[in-house]
Parts: sequence; C-alpha cells; structure tokens
Amino acid sequence: MSDWESVIGLEVHIQLATRSKIFSGASTEFGAEPNNQACLIDVALPGVLPVCNLEAVRMAVKFGIAIGAGINRKSIFERKNYFYPDLPKGYQISQYQIPIVVGGTLDTVVDGSVHTVGITRAHLEEDAGKSLHDEFPGATGIDLNRAGTPLLEIVSDPDIRSAQQAADYMRRLHRLVTYLGICDGNMQEGSLRCDANVSMRPRGQEELGTRTELKNINSFRFVEKGIITEIDRQIDVLESGGTVIQETRLYDPIRNITRPMRGKEDAQDYRYFPDPDLPPLVLSEEFIDSVRTDFPELPEQRKLRFMTQFNLSEADAAQLTQSRPVADYFESALDHADNPKGVANWINGELSSYLNKEGIDISDSRVDPDALGQIVANVDSGVISGHGGKILLSILWEKPKLSINEIIESENLRQDSDSGTIEALIDEVFAAEPEQVQRLKDGNQKLIGFFVGQVMKKSRGKADPKLVSDIIRKRIRS
Amino acid sequence: MNLANSGLNQIAEALDNREMSSVELCEDYLTRIDDAEQLNAFITIDREGAIENARQVDENRQSGASLGPLAGIPIAHKDIFCTKGLLTSCGSRILSNFISPYSATVVERLSAAGAITIGKTNMDEFAMGSSSEHSYYRPVLNPWDTTRVPGGSSGGSAAAVAAGLIPAATGTDTGGSIRQPAALCGITGIKPSYGRASRFGMIAFASSLDQAGIFARSAKDAALLLDSMCGYDPKDSTSLDIPPPQCTQKLETPLDGLRIGIPEEYFTAGLDAKVAEIVQRALKEYESLGATLIDVKLPNSDAAIPCYYVIAPAEASSNLSRFDGVRYGYRSEHGESLAQMYRKTRSEGFGPEVRRRIMIGTYVLSHGYYDAYYVKAQRVRRLISNDYSRVFETCDLIMGPTTPTTAFEIGAKMSDPVLMYLNDVYTAAVNLAGLPAISIPAGFDELGLPVGLHIVAPYLEEARLLQAAHLYQKHTDYHLATPDLVT
Amino acid sequence: MSVSRKDVKVIATLAQLDLEDHAAKSYIQEMTDILAMIQKLQQIDTSKIDPMPHPQDIQLRLRSDELTEPEQRSELQSIAPSTEKGFYLVPKVLD
Repeated sequence: MSDWESVIGLEVHIQLATRSKIFSGASTEFGAEPNNQACLIDVALPGVLPVCNLEAVRMAVKFGIAIGAGINRKSIFERKNYFYPDLPKGYQISQYQIPIVVGGTLDTVVDGSVHTVGITRAHLEEDAGKSLHDEFPGATGIDLNRAGTPLLEIVSDPDIRSAQQAADYMRRLHRLVTYLGICDGNMQEGSLRCDANVSMRPRGQEELGTRTELKNINSFRFVEKGIITEIDRQIDVLESGGTVIQETRLYDPIRNITRPMRGKEDAQDYRYFPDPDLPPLVLSEEFIDSVRTDFPELPEQRKLRFMTQFNLSEADAAQLTQSRPVADYFESALDHADNPKGVANWINGELSSYLNKEGIDISDSRVDPDALGQIVANVDSGVISGHGGKILLSILWEKPKLSINEIIESENLRQDSDSGTIEALIDEVFAAEPEQVQRLKDGNQKLIGFFVGQVMKKSRGKADPKLVSDIIRKRIRS
Repeated sequence: MNLANSGLNQIAEALDNREMSSVELCEDYLTRIDDAEQLNAFITIDREGAIENARQVDENRQSGASLGPLAGIPIAHKDIFCTKGLLTSCGSRILSNFISPYSATVVERLSAAGAITIGKTNMDEFAMGSSSEHSYYRPVLNPWDTTRVPGGSSGGSAAAVAAGLIPAATGTDTGGSIRQPAALCGITGIKPSYGRASRFGMIAFASSLDQAGIFARSAKDAALLLDSMCGYDPKDSTSLDIPPPQCTQKLETPLDGLRIGIPEEYFTAGLDAKVAEIVQRALKEYESLGATLIDVKLPNSDAAIPCYYVIAPAEASSNLSRFDGVRYGYRSEHGESLAQMYRKTRSEGFGPEVRRRIMIGTYVLSHGYYDAYYVKAQRVRRLISNDYSRVFETCDLIMGPTTPTTAFEIGAKMSDPVLMYLNDVYTAAVNLAGLPAISIPAGFDELGLPVGLHIVAPYLEEARLLQAAHLYQKHTDYHLATPDLVT
Repeated sequence: MSVSRKDVKVIATLAQLDLEDHAAKSYIQEMTDILAMIQKLQQIDTSKIDPMPHPQDIQLRLRSDELTEPEQRSELQSIAPSTEKGFYLVPKVLD
C-alpha cells in the first residue's frame, strides 16, 4: 500500500451581484418567468452587439485587490466557440489568454492549521442559459434568463491537499465575496458553483497524476463528500493496478459515487479568439485606486474592530463575523441596544437556535435586527425580565408583524418593579418558611436563591429578580 | 424631372417648392422599381410603409414643422440592416422568415433625418461574395449589361441606384462590398472609417472589417447621407465617440497642394489594360486640377487577399454560429436529434459560399492552426496598416483602380472561389486598416462598362475623400451617365 | 498543403454542417485551393510585429449598470420556430 497524496484545484464560478447583465441592460434578478429577462441581445438576434458593464469590471477588480492579486491593466475578451442550445450566440464571451486578475492567495484553516492556496487567475465571462430536459415530452426547454449574467471564474492552483481544505476554501471564498458585496452568495440559486480537479500521486512524488474533473458540486457539503468519494475511487483504481482516465465526472450525492459525464467524450476545440466586438479592456490607475479606496471591511478586520470597539471576546467576535449578514445584523441591532455583549449573546444563542431549527440564514430571519435590538434594550432597562425576553422573541418569531410593546402588554410581560408589592410577597414567603428564614439569617447565603425563586413563583415571573434579591438581603441585615 | 439621374438636392428642392409631394415621389420610384423587376435589385419592397411615411412627411411639411435634411426622400437599405417589422433576410434562406423586431442604428438615424425606407436590396448571402450571385433570392443583374454581374456583395443597392430606381441606398463594405459594386455599376460608393457608423443592427459578417456606407449618384449626395448616417452609438463598443464628419459643410473647401499617392503595386499584371488607361486619365485630370502625383509603395499589397481570407472567414465562422434554428429563422424539418437539427438547419439554410467560408474560418481558428493562420494574419494586417501610415506621411490621398476589371459575366467565376476573391485585390486592404475609401465613376471601357476610381484617405478623413471626389465630379460627367434599361 | 477528408470531417463537426460524400469532395478541393492562396502569408516576416485584432487602437467603453431592456418575450418568441410556456424548444438533449 502506498501513501497517497491528493492534489486538488478548484474552479469556482461566482455570479456577480450586478443589476444588469454583463453585456446587456436586461435584469439579472433570479426567479423571473422563463425568458422574461432575455432581451434581444441575450437571445443573440442577428446584428446585436455586446457593451460591457462597468460594475462587473469593478467587482472583479475588487476581488483581485482582496486576494492580493495583480490586476491586468489590459485584459482581453475572447470568444469560446461551441454549440449548445442554451448558448445563444454559439460562443461564450470569456477571458482566456489575458484575464483581468492574476495571482493572489486565499488561506484555509483546517483543524487549526493554516494552508495558503494560490489563485492562478480570475476572469470575467458571461453565464449561459438553462436547459430543462424533463419538462417537455421529447423536447428540451431553453430559458435564457440567466444567459449573460456576469460571472467571475476563480481558478486555484493545484495547492489543495484534502477534501476538508477544499470545502474550507469554498467557505472562505463564499465569505470573502459576500463581504465584498460582489456576490449574493445564494447557493440554492447557483450564485456560487464549483468544479474540482482531483488527482492522486504517491506522497513525495513531484509529478502530478492524471486528473479528473468533478463538475457542478454546488454545496460546501458536496464539495467535501464528492472529493472524498473521488479520492477513494482513484486510490482503488490505482491500487488495483489500473490507471485513472482524464475525464469529466459527476458526483451523485444520493448513491455517494462519482460517475463519468456522458456526451463529454468528444474532444472539444473551442477556437478561442479575441472578440472583435469588444476592444481591449484597459484599466487606469485612477480606476483601480478608486476601487481600492472604496473598499469594504474584510472579515478579519471586522473581527478585530468588534473586539476593540465593542469589547467582545475573540470567540464572540469570530462567531459574529463568520458571515457578513450576521455581522451586519449585529451592528444593526446595536442601533437599538447599547449592549454589545448582550446582543452578541442573543444572536449567538437564542436567535441561532431558531435559525438552526428551520435551517435558514440570518438574512431570512423572521425577527429583524431592529426587533432583536429592542428586545435586548427592554431586558436591559428592566421593563421585562430575561425570561420575558425569550417569550417575546418566541411570539415575534411566529408573528413578526406584531409590535413589541403590544406583545409586552398583551402577554403581561411587564416586570413588576414596585417594591411595595414585592415586600408583600416576601412577607408571605417568609411567613410560610420560618425555619429557612432563621437559617438564612444565621448566614446561609445559598438560601437567597431559594427565596428569590419562591417570590418569583408567587409573582408569576413578573417580579424583577434583582430587585427581589436586593430587598431580601436588606431584610436579613436589619 | 428625370428621376434616373436627379441629385438629392434637386429632389429636395422639388419637394420644398411643392413641385411634387413625397408621396408622388415615392410612387414614381416604386413604378421604376416595378419596371426594372428583372434586375432582382430588391428582396423586399415596402409600398404601404413607404407611402404612409411619405404622407406623414408631406403633412409635416404642410404644417410647417421642422424637417430633417432628408425629409421625404426615399432610400433603400441593403437587406443586411435590420428593419423593424420588415423581412431582414441577409440574402439567406436561414433568415428567409426573419421579420426583425428591431431596427439597426443606421436605419434609425437615416429615418430620423427624414428618409423614407422604400425597400430592402438584394445581396450576396451574408455579404459573402463579389457578384451578388450568391443570394438565396436570384442573382442581381448589372443595369449596364444584364448578362453581367453588378458586383457585390451590395449588388442590389448598387444596381438600384445605377438604374435610378432609388436616389441612394445603404450598403456594407467588409472587403470592398460597396466600392466594388459602385465601380461595376458606375456610381459613387463610400465606406467611412471603421467606427464612424454604428454596426448595431447590421448583421455581422466579419466584425472587425464590416462598415456601413452609402451608394449615391454623386459625392455630394453621398456626403449628405453620410453626415446623417454616421455618429456615436453607445450600443456598439467599437463606435467612435466623436462628432459626425460634417462632409457636406466641407465639400467645397479647396484642396490646395493636394498630394496623391499612386501605389506602384496597383498597376501590375492582373489589371485590365483599359481599366488602367481610364484610371491614369482620371489621375491626369487631378493633376490638371492642381494635385501632385507621387509614386508610392504599399509593399504588402499582395498579402491583403490572403490576410483578408483568413480574418474574415474566422470572424464569420463565429458570427454565424447563432443561426442554429433555435430562437429565430429557418429550422429544418429533418431534425430528430439536436445534432441533426443543427446540421440540417445550417446546411439547408446556408448557401455553398457561406458554408465554404464557415469551413475555412473554423479551420484557421482550430487547434494547431490558430497561430499559423489566424495570428499570423493579424500580424500581417498590422504590416498592411503600417504601409498606409507610412504613405500618408507624404500623401493626402491614395488613388488607383477600384477593381482589376469591369463587370464580368454572370456565372464566369462561380466555380472558382479563389478567382472570385481576387475582385477585392485593391479594396480589402483598406478594411484591414479600417480606413475610409470611395469609388467614383471614371469612364467606360470599349463595351460601355463603367470603371471606378478608388480613393483612400487617412483615418477619419472622410471629408477630404468627398472633397476630392466632388472636385472631380465638378469637372467630369461620368457620374451623370445612366444605363439604357431595356424594359 | 492539402486538406484531408478527416480534417474536413472534424471541421464540419465543429461547424455543425452536414457532410455528405459529394460535399466532402468539393470541400476538400476548395479548401485546399483557398489554403494554398492563404499560404503566401507564411513567406512574410512578422517576427517583430504584434497581431492587430482591431482596425484601430481603441479601448473598451464601459456602460453603467442600469436596466435598459424592456421585457419583450412575446415579441421575441413570435419569430421562434418552437416555443411552449415561454421556453424555446429544441429536440431533446440527451444528458
């Protein structure tokens, strides 16, 4: 048995979050009726011409700066020629010989060890449409709404050594591009799509083995499981004396196998050549500087700021900055509650459990950051108890339309802070438990908790526990 | 007024003076078009649309509304320009059912100037050809001799203007497709600098070479149309963001000390002796008008045709991939599988010359040949372009023959593609360099067939080109001659 | 330099053109002729010359990220060979 080393490179396509397409003024919004967002340029009518979207270029440059890459001052759009019904022009406009972004790195961290992955290049291109093979009998339906959506294809060096690293690379890339605001990061809608090149070699060998390409592994989980499966398959092939064939394969998550993709055997010849409709993309220093100065805060910077500005622990800050929507949520909630630690606890604790239960992202949370901020503020000011806050959140989760004050009143959550009432309740409890009162007075401090609990019970949770405890302490001292 | 050789300003004057209405004018031209049906100059005639638009212009004129410079003047468009609501076939079966949902910028600009679109002219399929025989809609005939070709690819526009079926028409020029038919039909044909006129809505043949232009009866008419047609278009990334050339305004500016370069490479074997003689006579005329003739060299002239026949088919092979029977146009009924549908559609939809060029273009871009052919040709293209730059350091214009021969007989070159390609020997280099050029009538050979004088100007110097052409036309009358159409 | 039948077949496949026997024969002849003509380029020294893919030295102009195209599906699909429920239809693509 040899000791095998896996060599993995990822090609990730991210959809850039522009309003309009890369070469036309049609909308990129997801979910429209079929072909409602395919304008005459997208359907490639005779005579139409592409005009490039400035924002797509700006986003590509932003990405390049973020990964410390070189930005080519002159890059070239070329045509990649092949026939497919969802490719209306019979070619895809892409960048080939001279891409806009070259070089750069992205660090992965698996089990605490940092591994730097080199980025070969990132280039701009247009997306194709969608083919529906099962909708119509004997026919394939073509929807060109996605055709022309701007993509940034990010190609890594073959630096990745494990499926875990690959999945972490993908997660970190996802976090980076959403932080940069250049991609909405919506995996279900295909905003981030991944192909993996996988090969094996005996550890210590320099030369690369034959690689296969795993296509369309579009979730973090499938990146990891798909690559593990392919690695296992290749090792089996190699150890049984076979050879790995260079081919394109698909990961089938249900059977947990990879299989060759049919119809991809024909050696393709894409006949790339510079698109004569699009002169060279030339970027000035001023343009690149303008992107640099208008740069969003990146995850690590934000974490450090949270630690210093809000006095949060590293663990809390790291958890809050794991994704841009969570960090944004946190900062929005702080507009209503001047208690960073408290808001952090509510997000990482109570709110997280609701989100996890339903498997949704914070951006889809039914309780918005304003509401959460107000809940925390009401607890902090003593209007409601912590327990009341939890009740409030649970009601709001079911009925997000309700106002917080209404719920506090209708559910009778307002905390009793009238010391007279509390004194009366304490009198009742003390009267009922004379022996315990004596032990308390003799110095058994543990019993304070017992009495507070008794009073709280009598008040049906409405008494302010802190106030109850203070009054009891005062009584036993006197 | 004699419509066969009336200038645009005569027509405009007649309209202005209410000697005739635009409707009457259109009707007269429509009658002429009907009478000359045998020329096959038109693919589509838009009678109702033309009359309706003419009526609108007449009403506006009556009400004293401000009118564009071409108000009420009928023109025709080469069928390569998309025209909303009208068949736009590009001379091809594959678009023989394509009613365009939009109009080309060139069409819109000319309409905005008041021009009336009377119809769409016949052409070599996808502008690939030099004879207008490669059309899905029967070959166009030369009005000077109907056994001969009018040249191509814009042969329908050239024949229509030459026969006086229309005072002016648009065309496109990728390797000579305006200038060559203008020469063979004895009219004025101009191709402006690459980037002057928008390519949006003009069906692409070879994108880095294609440029819209004008056929007219004189340089003066061409100037008027060119000024309206050219201009920046944000929908075309290669359109120049500069003001239009203002050729009309500069037309009478004297050309003192004009230096004309005469490339020695143009007067060699392959050039018909009579054509050479007529061109020399035209050059003498310029000399007598005060110009200096300078012998110059364009050493890479021989490479122009090979270079062109790599680049143009390469770009065409890709540009024509969109014709796949999926979203518009012809779809073969013999397509069980997708691959079959593609192949049958494209093989039945494209004619032999188009298929040939797609094959050549695919070949020169394919793996293993890309550097040897395509990249090599792009390097040679720079050499050709550099040759012009060098010559224009000492000359203001370059002159020579537009074509090596006068109009040839129908069918004569159909079986030999390479021979056909040599028609563009003097014109194709200009497209490779993106320069403006014009062909103007310079006389007739012993058979009475027209000969064209080819004038090339430096980049963006359309006005100078037209000044020189206009100067010549003020002193000669070749451009006023009209063919006797036997009808 | 001559073109082989195999070359012609590969090229026709890439170009999605039919290749019946008689067509193959004439393609071979015509392409060989045209390539012979193009071959002249090889004699020219271009060692210090950059390719010139565009006729003039211009830069890409960029447009602002705005929605300018109206929804016009029914108009665009009225000229399509086959559509259903807003989709363009083609013979079934197998995988």
